[in-house]
Amino acid sequence: MAKESFQKKVEKNSVLLTVATLIVISIGGLVEIAPLFYLESTIEKVKGMRPYTPLELMGREIYLREGCYGCHSQQVRSLKDEVERYGHYSLAAESMYDHPFQWGSKRTGPDLARVGGRYSNEWHVMHMNDPRSVVPESIMPSYSWLGKTPLDYRKVSKYLETQRTVGVPYDDTDILMAFTDLETQVNPDHENYDAFMERYPKASVADFDLNPDQITELDALIAYMQMLGTLVDFTQYRPADDYR
Amino acid sequence: MTVFAADNTLAPKDEYQDGVVRAATIATVFWGIVGFSVGLLIALQLAFPALNFDLPWTSFGRLRPLHTSAVIFAFGGNALLATSFYSLMRTCRTGLASEKAAWFVFWGYQLFIVMAALGYVLGITQGKEYAEPEWYVDLWLTIVWVVYLVLYIATLKQRKEPHIYVSNWFYLAFIATVAVLHLVNNAAVPVEITSAKSYIVHAGVQDALIQWWYAHNAVGFFLTAGFLGMMYYFVPKQTGRPVYSYRLSIVHFWSLIFLYIWAGPHHLLYTALPDWVQTLGMTFSIMLWMPSWGGMINGVMTLSGVWHKLRTDPILWFMISALAFYGMSTFEGPMMSIKAVNALSHYTDWTIGHVHSGALGWVGFISFGAIYYLVPRLWGAKRMYSVALIRWHFWIATIGIVLYIVAMWVSGIMEGLMWREYDELGFLVYSFIETVEAKHPYYLIRALGGLLYVLGSLIMAYNLIMTAKGKERNESIPEDAMIKAA
Repeated sequence: MAKESFQKKVEKNSVLLTVATLIVISIGGLVEIAPLFYLESTIEKVKGMRPYTPLELMGREIYLREGCYGCHSQQVRSLKDEVERYGHYSLAAESMYDHPFQWGSKRTGPDLARVGGRYSNEWHVMHMNDPRSVVPESIMPSYSWLGKTPLDYRKVSKYLETQRTVGVPYDDTDILMAFTDLETQVNPDHENYDAFMERYPKASVADFDLNPDQITELDALIAYMQMLGTLVDFTQYRPADDYR
Repeated sequence: MTVFAADNTLAPKDEYQDGVVRAATIATVFWGIVGFSVGLLIALQLAFPALNFDLPWTSFGRLRPLHTSAVIFAFGGNALLATSFYSLMRTCRTGLASEKAAWFVFWGYQLFIVMAALGYVLGITQGKEYAEPEWYVDLWLTIVWVVYLVLYIATLKQRKEPHIYVSNWFYLAFIATVAVLHLVNNAAVPVEITSAKSYIVHAGVQDALIQWWYAHNAVGFFLTAGFLGMMYYFVPKQTGRPVYSYRLSIVHFWSLIFLYIWAGPHHLLYTALPDWVQTLGMTFSIMLWMPSWGGMINGVMTLSGVWHKLRTDPILWFMISALAFYGMSTFEGPMMSIKAVNALSHYTDWTIGHVHSGALGWVGFISFGAIYYLVPRLWGAKRMYSVALIRWHFWIATIGIVLYIVAMWVSGIMEGLMWREYDELGFLVYSFIETVEAKHPYYLIRALGGLLYVLGSLIMAYNLIMTAKGKERNESIPEDAMIKAA
């Protein structure tokens, strides 16, 4: 009898069929994904990247919770019109501390990778409360509840600790001081101000939601947005070094 | 003539545990209507932002994952559960290895859907597209899914047919691969064991590629391989003809599952993902065109010798149109993966149109076809309550899809061109908000298309309920629409 073809064999053996399938579907993923973890060229060497401040991190949680990534990308592609519209194209280094990444896939609204510093805190407060008050044609939902909801940051040090577990370089002081650091960022007169700024260079410190009575979810969200795309020092960046 | 050995007539009927198939069929229709309706609502929110109602639970950002999960995982997932169990038993001429396990998979999966949906509305999310459920929901799904896989293999092992029929290869690849994708993409560390919040293990560029490896293969294995399994069983059954080419099935299967897994990077062209991965992803995406069309041809050519049935059988209209939409979107996909095309199409409504030609046209229509085939058989009726209503469903839904995808093509290509338009002095012509404004009419047309699709599904639900009740509408029924006594 002629030798049975491989196909005939797998077609009669459910376990063999499953194993063969798993092998076939593993190859592509392994070839594409695994090298990203060891090729040093994957993430550019840049100056200025730091982990999120506790308040920015809590703001990022609000950003995730409200599903902002459904309409806003955070990834400027290396295309002429995008660079002119939004600023320098995004680097891999700029999202190296992002668990998860928030590059997005759709621009129902504009890209936010470099929105930091583009608008004043006042503008953001008005925009979040009623987007059409500042951009009449906007189709963004109102997020008026953010400014009325106190930020729940009791567990912020736990959040930083877990971030450290997954690889973000927070040190013991960062975790210990997380609660105080968070309160410092909305109060420029805080006694912890200098220590905070030393550990989180370029952090924006302000009463973001213009409401001194309490720290709200809006404070956190605006703090997060105001830092987006502002960390890397592009005067020091030479694209030719990162040709991949 | 028997289509293939495992016909209803060849095994004792009481061996088949069809209770769980009936339950999953009901769940498919229920979640389908929920998912389509939420889609209609969020489509209208984009045209009229007041419909966000200024409330957290009804805002677009939270309802969008509810829509995508409801249609993909709840509607699509239940359709796959129902049809995979039904066809598995028939093609193996055996009952399920464990009926208890099957019911566990069914109810466990519904619990997964409810937990995920509640999470979205309440704002509990991982923030990864199509993988929003938090760690505890992911763990629960893992348990359910492993039981599904073991049950599937155990049932295959007790089959009374020497060969495993082709539909089962595809269902099996769908179940096994989704398990792998789910586990790798959702690897996360909870903040506390009592906290819903977790952090994904991967970061930045690696997370981006793992996410799109996952999400693209959710398309490739959940929405394609699984539904191809459905196609390979139900198209031959409905036509009464064997699959066009066994050899083509083999080539189709292995090349499809090998190539699909590489295509993820086409979601990340011109981004910070290293160029070598982008190019690999684009290349394999283009190659993917061939097995996709091989499968389409294999399905459509199954009609060889019985093309005349297309004149009278609206269930076949659904199935063959599904294959046509499959062919169209699997041509469009590789085209959009070409870097130069993607530069225009990415981030625009074109992508939304592309997804919906696949989802509404391929996944929706092949499922509707299978449901119309199943319901009279599962509830012991001689035929559907009304064949005329199937025709109505078909035409209303088809017009809906055409309105939807044409609106999104126009809107997507328009905004892509506006974003990159320069004047003679070298300045960008349009501000972003001008492109938003320009899309308004197309958002209205899209919502109208969605409304028609929802209406079609309501007509189907009515027709199915009447059929299950044993009613028969007084109308002239083509011979083909009668179920031959088994």
